[in-house]
Amino acid sequence: MGALDARPIGASWGGSRSAAEVRLEGLRRVYGSTTALDGLDITIHAGELVALLGPSGCGKTTALRLVAGLEDADGGRVVIDGRDVTHLPTSRRDSGMVFQAYSLFPHMTARENVAFGLRMRKVGVAERRQRAGEMLELVGLSTQADRYAHQLSGGQQQRVALARALAIRPSVLLLDEPLSALDARVRSQLRDEIRRVQREVGITTLFVTHDQEEALAIADRVGVMRAGRLEQLGPPTSIYSQPATPFVAEFVGLTNRLAGVVTGGAVDVRGIRLPLIATDTPDGPAVALVRPEAVSLAPALDGFNGPLSGTVIAVSFLGAVSRLTIDLGDTTVLVQVPTAEAAAHPGGSRVRIALRLDPVLITREGAQGRG
Amino acid sequence: MNRRRHRRLAAFKAVVYVVLGLFFLLPIAAMVEFATRGVGISSPRTLTAFTSIGSDPELVDAITASLELAVITSLGMLALLLPTMIWIRLRVPQMVRPVELVCLTPLTIPAIVLVVGFAPIYNWIEINVSDSILMLALAYLVLVLPYCYRALDAGLSAVDIRTLSEAARSLGASWATVMWRIIVPNMSSAVSNACLLCVAVVLGEFTVANLLNFENLQVAISILGTGNASVSIALAVVSLVFVFFFLLLLSFLGRALSRRRGGAARA
Ligand SMILES: Nc1ncnc2c1ncn2[C@@H]1O[C@H](COP(=O)(O)OP(=O)(O)OP(=O)(O)O)[C@@H](O)[C@H]1O
Ligand SMILES: [Mg+2]
Repeated sequence: MGALDARPIGASWGGSRSAAEVRLEGLRRVYGSTTALDGLDITIHAGELVALLGPSGCGKTTALRLVAGLEDADGGRVVIDGRDVTHLPTSRRDSGMVFQAYSLFPHMTARENVAFGLRMRKVGVAERRQRAGEMLELVGLSTQADRYAHQLSGGQQQRVALARALAIRPSVLLLDEPLSALDARVRSQLRDEIRRVQREVGITTLFVTHDQEEALAIADRVGVMRAGRLEQLGPPTSIYSQPATPFVAEFVGLTNRLAGVVTGGAVDVRGIRLPLIATDTPDGPAVALVRPEAVSLAPALDGFNGPLSGTVIAVSFLGAVSRLTIDLGDTTVLVQVPTAEAAAHPGGSRVRIALRLDPVLITREGAQGRG
Repeated sequence: MNRRRHRRLAAFKAVVYVVLGLFFLLPIAAMVEFATRGVGISSPRTLTAFTSIGSDPELVDAITASLELAVITSLGMLALLLPTMIWIRLRVPQMVRPVELVCLTPLTIPAIVLVVGFAPIYNWIEINVSDSILMLALAYLVLVLPYCYRALDAGLSAVDIRTLSEAARSLGASWATVMWRIIVPNMSSAVSNACLLCVAVVLGEFTVANLLNFENLQVAISILGTGNASVSIALAVVSLVFVFFFLLLLSFLGRALSRRRGGAARA
């Protein structure tokens, strides 16, 4: 696969097209009594890959379908490359789409599938054939060009679908959970492949997923959605380490909720003073959201019984790391440590925890006045 | 164990074939026997009944008319049902049930009752449009609706038309292209099944044609039967054999077509 990276893409992409900026402005979509989108604003810079992440039913698919024109907006605008396309029909939107369900035309070969969009654009037979061939090569499937969908694996079908979407040189690429029907190994492989192809052709891309690992791994920026609105939009690292809201903190990655008190721009949690992400937070009781990997372990000293000591009640092995559940008496915490280290703390053993002094986010939800 | 079951299954199959074969072939053999009898008791077997079929101009007309009706009805049915069914599935899914109901009603109404409804319409058509027997195609369109609806419905539910059409739309296809280049090719066996049923119904139809005073194949056979029994029986045999081979050919064509398309039906 690596060999492809060095190849200049000008040949297959035509080179003439510069990437387009895509803006979603106050998009609204209402189905009967449910509001699927409630004023969604996102700007996707030219050539950027934005992943939309959110729980099931938060409106990710709806947002994508509005950009594709498969659904009509009840309010707001879709602007592609400075042009308002809100009321253009799908067939004239100039967007390439890859669906969650396998969507290759069953009666056409892989090559014919890829060439279909070009045929719709009245491109000549010879050029069609050549470009379809180049696109299949781009996704590493030149040798399967004459196969039908039912002769291809799921991952291969999705690659052909990607090639088909890209063949028309769309101004925006839209992917709706393209990997969710695949098994884990193929999934991460194809994820990297999609990212490589996207970088190579430099196309503006909106990638919808409910898998946070996928979103964090693939995107330039991740947009976390909640109930039809954008909760936070930012690079994967800041989404993870500087979540803007408790919802984001708890949706992206695992979090421990530890009760504490905010005083003077920091929060006291179990006798430890943690800095805050938002330093201008007013004083008062709060719940600090602490990542499992920000908690470390040490064997408990005999007779040590402070607020930071507890008992290991569960150990789950995740490969290189392990996740331990520690009972602290009044609450439990998840701790993520290297597996080698976890071996020293079998279930039932007494441990002492320490908190890394990373800035944390707090929430007032569920906080009680506590010393 | 497995082999014994296998053998028992084979025996069962053979019995079914023999019984069914007798059930179908015996009457036909009897018909052939009757139609080839000579005039007197001792006269030799003769094929005059069969050869006279081609020489009766009225009969030839009836046969042509029935064949034409079969073709017209099939085409009309496809032109009416295919776009409608695809369209409502894609654009107005809440209409799927009502349309299904409408298409299936002819099944619940006896042909005689239908004719009572058709009669005044055909009176009007005869005066104002044409009195050609081909006008029967309108009535037949109603008769074949339930069968063809079922056949096409099975084909449509076997393909994910929603995703396929959205994929095609996003690639720049118009609605017409989506229909004829994407959806229909993936349900070719359902289309050929629908045509098959349509042809079978039309070629075997008697009641409506008879009551509306049109002379199609079946009506001609029955008229002949009152005058010349052996020609009528000979014709019945010929039409049975003809329809059998015709349907066989159609289903063979349909299957060959879907196989050539890379087993689309399987995907
Ligand atoms: N055609 C529709 N008719 C009625 N309600 C709909 C329709 N499509 C979506 N919805 C509703 O709109 C909301 C958003 O749906 P959407 O499919 O965008 O969610 P999603 O974020 O893609 O979820 P998932 O991760 O499960 O795919 C949901 O509450 C859903 O029930
Ligand atoms: Mg979805």
